[in-house]
Amino acid sequence: MSATSVHTLWTSLAAAPPPGTPGATFDAPTIEYAQLAPILIVVGAAVLGVLAEAFVPRKGRYYVQLFIAVVAIAAAFAAIIGLATSGFATTKAQIVAEGAIAVDGPALFLQGTILLASLVAVFTFAERRLDPVSHGNRVDSFAADAAAVPGSAAEKAAVKAGFATTEVFPLAMFAVAGLLAFPAANDLLTLFIALEVFSLPLYLLCAVARRKRLMSQEAAVKYFLLGAFSSAFLLFGIALLYGYAGSVSYAKIADVVDGTVQQIDPALAGTMGNDALLLIGMAMILMGLLFKVGAVPFHMWTPDVYQGAPTPVTGFMAAATKVAAFGALLRLLYVVLPGLTWDWRPVLWGVAIVTMLGGAIVAITQTDIKRLLAYSSIAHGGFILAGVIAATPDGISSVLFYLLAYSFVTIGAFAVVTLVRDAGGEATHLSKWAGLGRRSPLVAAVFAVFLLAFAGIPLTSGFSGKFAVFKAAAEGGAGVLVVVGVLSSAIAAFFYIRVIVLMFFSEPKADGPTVAVPSVLTMAAIGVGVAVTLVLGVAPQYFLDLAGQAGTFVR
Amino acid sequence: MENLIALLVAAPLLGAAVLLCGGRRLDRAGHWLGTLLAAASFGIGAVLFFDMVGKDAGDRALHQKLFSWVPVADFQADIAFQLDQLSMTFVLLITGVGTLIHVYSIGYMEHDERRRRFFGYLNLFLAAMLLLVVADNYLLLYFGWEGVGLASYLLIGFWQHKPSAATAAKKAFLVNRVGDIGLSIAIMLMFTTFGTFAFGPVLGAAEGASEGKLTAIGLMLLLAACGKSAQVPLQSWLGDAMEGPTPVSALIHAATMVTAGVYLIVRSGAIFNAAPDAQLVVTVVGAVTLLFGAIVGCAKDDIKKALAGSTMSQIGYMILAAGLGPIGYAFAIMHLVTHGFFKAGLFLGAGSVMHGMNDEVDMRKYGGLRKYMPVTFVTFGLGYLAIIGFPGLSGFFSKDKIIEAAFAAGGAQGWILGAATLLGAGLTAFYMTRVMLMTFFGEERWRNKATASPAEPDVEPAAQTHGSHSEPHPHESPKSMTIPMIVLAFGSVFAGGFFAIGDRFANWLAPVTRFEHPHPPISVPVITGATIVVLLLGVAAAYLQYGRKPVPVVAPRGSLLTRAARRDLLQDDFNHVVLVRGGEHLTRSLVYLDHSVVDGVVNGTAASVGGLSGRLRKLQNGYARSYAVSMFGGTAILIAATLLMRAV
Repeated sequence: MSATSVHTLWTSLAAAPPPGTPGATFDAPTIEYAQLAPILIVVGAAVLGVLAEAFVPRKGRYYVQLFIAVVAIAAAFAAIIGLATSGFATTKAQIVAEGAIAVDGPALFLQGTILLASLVAVFTFAERRLDPVSHGNRVDSFAADAAAVPGSAAEKAAVKAGFATTEVFPLAMFAVAGLLAFPAANDLLTLFIALEVFSLPLYLLCAVARRKRLMSQEAAVKYFLLGAFSSAFLLFGIALLYGYAGSVSYAKIADVVDGTVQQIDPALAGTMGNDALLLIGMAMILMGLLFKVGAVPFHMWTPDVYQGAPTPVTGFMAAATKVAAFGALLRLLYVVLPGLTWDWRPVLWGVAIVTMLGGAIVAITQTDIKRLLAYSSIAHGGFILAGVIAATPDGISSVLFYLLAYSFVTIGAFAVVTLVRDAGGEATHLSKWAGLGRRSPLVAAVFAVFLLAFAGIPLTSGFSGKFAVFKAAAEGGAGVLVVVGVLSSAIAAFFYIRVIVLMFFSEPKADGPTVAVPSVLTMAAIGVGVAVTLVLGVAPQYFLDLAGQAGTFVR
Repeated sequence: MENLIALLVAAPLLGAAVLLCGGRRLDRAGHWLGTLLAAASFGIGAVLFFDMVGKDAGDRALHQKLFSWVPVADFQADIAFQLDQLSMTFVLLITGVGTLIHVYSIGYMEHDERRRRFFGYLNLFLAAMLLLVVADNYLLLYFGWEGVGLASYLLIGFWQHKPSAATAAKKAFLVNRVGDIGLSIAIMLMFTTFGTFAFGPVLGAAEGASEGKLTAIGLMLLLAACGKSAQVPLQSWLGDAMEGPTPVSALIHAATMVTAGVYLIVRSGAIFNAAPDAQLVVTVVGAVTLLFGAIVGCAKDDIKKALAGSTMSQIGYMILAAGLGPIGYAFAIMHLVTHGFFKAGLFLGAGSVMHGMNDEVDMRKYGGLRKYMPVTFVTFGLGYLAIIGFPGLSGFFSKDKIIEAAFAAGGAQGWILGAATLLGAGLTAFYMTRVMLMTFFGEERWRNKATASPAEPDVEPAAQTHGSHSEPHPHESPKSMTIPMIVLAFGSVFAGGFFAIGDRFANWLAPVTRFEHPHPPISVPVITGATIVVLLLGVAAAYLQYGRKPVPVVAPRGSLLTRAARRDLLQDDFNHVVLVRGGEHLTRSLVYLDHSVVDGVVNGTAASVGGLSGRLRKLQNGYARSYAVSMFGGTAILIAATLLMRAV
């Protein structure tokens, strides 16, 4: 196709219908604004935040940004509830925006989870009482001037002037918008765009820590490089799948996979239905998603980035990204590739096993609390994969429930990490946590609750989630996976309990860290985390039922 | 009517909850509330009883299902009650004697600042004991069984500031645990054998089950009964349990809880009837214990411990009777009820004596108290006559029946058991006469003779007026204590005759336990005559030793048997050598095994996982380029694996 003909294609589409085309008018795309409201509200808030950054005086920006973010998230969540109660989760589930976005049970459930997690995360973003007051200004976890070279005169000036990177709020809102679209994406291009929409702000957010700035920037660069690398694979996979099916729409690809499609696009006759394209494309797309969930061997970025990023961002990323990425993975496997179950299951079996074992084993020798939690999140990714592999409706609902439970424990745990501080900022080395239970019993007890939930001890949400996932996996015929999962849970329990032992049964060190008294924001984040952890642990049935009702994908 | 059964249990349970959770604001009225609810329970029991009497013998049993407790596939446990004649008898005994002892405790515990808590525990005990006897399945019975164990533990250790009381409570708890394991194993065996543990189906199917299994179940039930009823070899806790307040000893460790073992065996009669070997063991345990307890009772100088030995011995009679099958069940229960009256009365009498004697328990420091405590003397004396089996009183009728039934067991077994029960009757007469003489007759040994003179002028006056060194001033106890004693004395005198004449009691229980008239090889009047002769011999022997001669204040060294009996026939020494030492050796070798083998494997695994972790960790070297390589390699493997899966 020459350049001229491309040109005519564009112009002719815009001006006059080419001869012989039926329905000779150009139809404007129909956009179901009501069904897209959650995403649109958040995008709108992000844009508004950018404008606020430009026009609101510096003094007031923090409050305005926080207000916009909280209101937008609350409104989006209300929209989700509205959609769910008016039946879009079940009977009226549909595909909107010309096939780009699905509005169905899993999408709404996961979007709701993401929004709740984001709300709690935004609270931790806005915390300004942990660091000591500098030059008369309360400061948050983010650099005064992210663009200034660390240690430079410009940075010192920015600190002295009391600057703050309030851009983190609109960045976070952009990320949330991408995260909302990701599990709802119903064609491969939307999937890719959503991925980039949430990834790019996250790369930036990783880079803007107030303390340990070089480490933060290193983390961001690593995350960006590796993220771009994985995006390339994903995009290549999308191209191959398009070549195979002649479409990027999930439904149409699924039809081709099932062999129910009648007519073959003559332009793609050479490649369509070529299984090599399908399988290689599938593997590459899977790789892109597994990178985001942090599955072994695509997990290497996780510890470095989790450690380097500002801790509130780590919590947000660990919780919300995982929810969105697993949502997208579920939709891809259950909507596009159910016909290939026997091809992807063995492969994911292997990935799940090395992920569970790898995460748990390497975590044992970690000495930094944030890296420890990073490996823990890798291991949990493996557990969730076990539920994904079940390939049953129970598998879907158990994964939904697990993600809900896991995201609150994670944000809560990272919020506690922000409290334990010494002169250099957060005291993340484990040796500094010795005897914390003697000095600050409440904080240590709360952290112990989160650790027990991670370990899957009964009466915490971790147990309910793990039980649901393993039950679904066992019923789905993945008994071996359950055995490996239980074994690695046992290994994992060691390092969780070790932290508890360290906190409560070791003598506190003389120069140990202090526990900062946070504002109501972080307290709310931690309190919500504990409450959700215990409620989902003691009385999980309502939420299991909810996840069960939401467990059907629309096609 | 059957809806009242739950109320029966609920009333004292409510009392326990209110009293234990209510806090100090209930201190002033708590004991009245506890007593009122115990009495309410008795009232409900009485209503149920009169309703039951009004019906035909065959359909007197009531059933009430409250709710499903553990509904899991085949494992169905209900909170359901069954009130038949056997349960009814216990309900009246427990609530009746229980109420009297509540009343008594109002006076006895008057000066104890934790009286509210005491009444809470007493109510808890009543609720658990009632649950035990009205349960319609073994699992719920087990619940009540553990409940009374808990209440017993709490009450023995009620004066927990005394180390001896704390130790005694622990000992009772531990020894009972051994028995409780028996009950739980029995229930498991029942479930595997019959697929259920409700009384109806289990006992109905017992006939057809294999004898081996029934013997096993029977022996396990016997183990449970031994623990709860202080039978050899699990008898060692009862003597120490006397550390608890005396009303507790009267209610729990004489009249009711310790008889739960008898209830269990009689209730499970159908199992024992079909397992003669188990029955034989039951009678042997009963015979051994009745002699063991009697011998211990002969040597104790502590009035409560002497009575505890007697309790052990009398329950031995009941267990023996229960082991005799349908000829003995009714008599076991009948003796249980009469014993409930006179032994509770005796304990309350002992408590009254202690109350007047500055809590002194050593009978060698009593003497001549009849003048000072006439009511206590008369009621205690009637209880004494009843327990030794003085003709016409309760004990005479109920014990005599057991002796007849023992002879009727047939063959050599019958003769041996009969002889043991006769000997036991003689010993009972001896030790009870001893208690009577040392306490109420003879010299007033509690007077501080020479030491009371003002030889030590530097002693502060306050120290002389109270404390154990000063001379006690024996006095009669308040009405709240004497009235229950009088009521119980009435029971001690008349209950036996009322029950025995015309086999009234045996016929009442017959629909539950079956009843066969015993036919001893020698005629009944001969046995009765022999019993009376043995009784008189025992009384005479005691009179010669303790009535004619003055009783030394410091116990003489005594013969080898006396010394052994003072040490409870070396039960604790035996337990120490065999169980404690043996257990220590066993645990030491297990610990060694654990360290070398189990820990070796565990530590080895942990070390290898740790080593692996250290090595894998090196892969995480911080270079983005090597991370990218790993991702690239991972993708390559992913693709290869996907293609390979298709190819295979």
